[in-house]
Amino acid sequence: MKNNRRSFIKLAGLAAAGLCVAPKATLASGGGHSPVKAGPKAEHAKRWAMVIDTRKVHTEEDIKVLQHACHSVHNVPDIPTKQNIKWLWSAPYEECFPEQQNPHLDDDVKGRSYMLLCNHCENPPCVRVCPTKATFKRPDGIVVMDYHRCIGCRYCMAACPYGSRSFNFGEPRDYLDLTKLNTDFPTRMRGVVEKCNFCVERLAKGLQPACVEASDGAIVFGDLADKDSEVRKVLRENFTIRRKPTAGTEPSVYYII
Amino acid sequence: MHYGGKIIIGIVIFVGLLLSPFVFNVGKAYKQPELKLPANEKKCVESLEFMRTKHMQLLNEWRDWALRDGKRVYVNHEGKEFEISLQNTCMKCHKSKADFCDKCHNDAGVSPYCWDCHIQPEGLK
Repeated sequence: MKNNRRSFIKLAGLAAAGLCVAPKATLASGGGHSPVKAGPKAEHAKRWAMVIDTRKVHTEEDIKVLQHACHSVHNVPDIPTKQNIKWLWSAPYEECFPEQQNPHLDDDVKGRSYMLLCNHCENPPCVRVCPTKATFKRPDGIVVMDYHRCIGCRYCMAACPYGSRSFNFGEPRDYLDLTKLNTDFPTRMRGVVEKCNFCVERLAKGLQPACVEASDGAIVFGDLADKDSEVRKVLRENFTIRRKPTAGTEPSVYYII
Repeated sequence: MHYGGKIIIGIVIFVGLLLSPFVFNVGKAYKQPELKLPANEKKCVESLEFMRTKHMQLLNEWRDWALRDGKRVYVNHEGKEFEISLQNTCMKCHKSKADFCDKCHNDAGVSPYCWDCHIQPEGLK
């Protein structure tokens, strides 16, 4: 072959095309084998959601029980200052639903305590602002954190309209009872933000979230995208509201009033 | 030469400090750390060679697979399945962080931050 410009360009083109195809080809020749899969008992959904029946759980004591179930499973410390960490907590009506405050509201509704947790929004502002992608939304709608990546900038805390996030100002282990830890789950360290994870680690084993399990049927958890699921049935049959609808975040946590 | 004496003394001290680790260790043969291997399990997740040189890459991949992709079962080269978990898989065989992890890590002078959050099998104090 004569070594001229024409043949060089042809060869270069061929090489470039080969480079584009090569990664795909090697992947295909490997049989497309992936070394990982979901567990056999794992629960799957298109969009996880939670419906809380506030007619059944509405006192501080009720919510304390659920909080204890959640916090003990996830090794969440109880710090007796403003720097407390909370995955699940309670608040009165005006804090929970500040946009739905009609005058002369039903005394019963106004007097209840409401269980709060991360809303696992459809449009999570915390995910949008996280500079390291430590917070991200899974395909099934759960907003989770990778604590390995969190740099503690607290943008997510500023972005979250629901106050669902807590920052570890100090070493959380200083406030945990180290003899009563759940040794199947890690703790966190100083300098990271943390929040409710909709119990992804339990769903992966086919279990319901800890608060749902402890609620004795007052909280329903399931797939919002499946029209035959129990959450959809409960939503159809009851009047529900969500927190701060004007924020446009589309929470996945619904409250039966 | 201005300040010649001081400069030479300085150089001697500097070189002395620089060589002190070698002088300190001269004549001592390097001894590989002795790990306590699990008693009732002979095979790790992957081969010994792979685990020895690549366990950190594997742990990084495990983290992303479990956390980001939600795939918590790992299938190794022999087709055997493992739950992806440092606390609940690795440390169920390697029952002591002090007798296993720390031995090499201290020897090599590395301090990974796994145990800032993960709970070692010995428990916390």
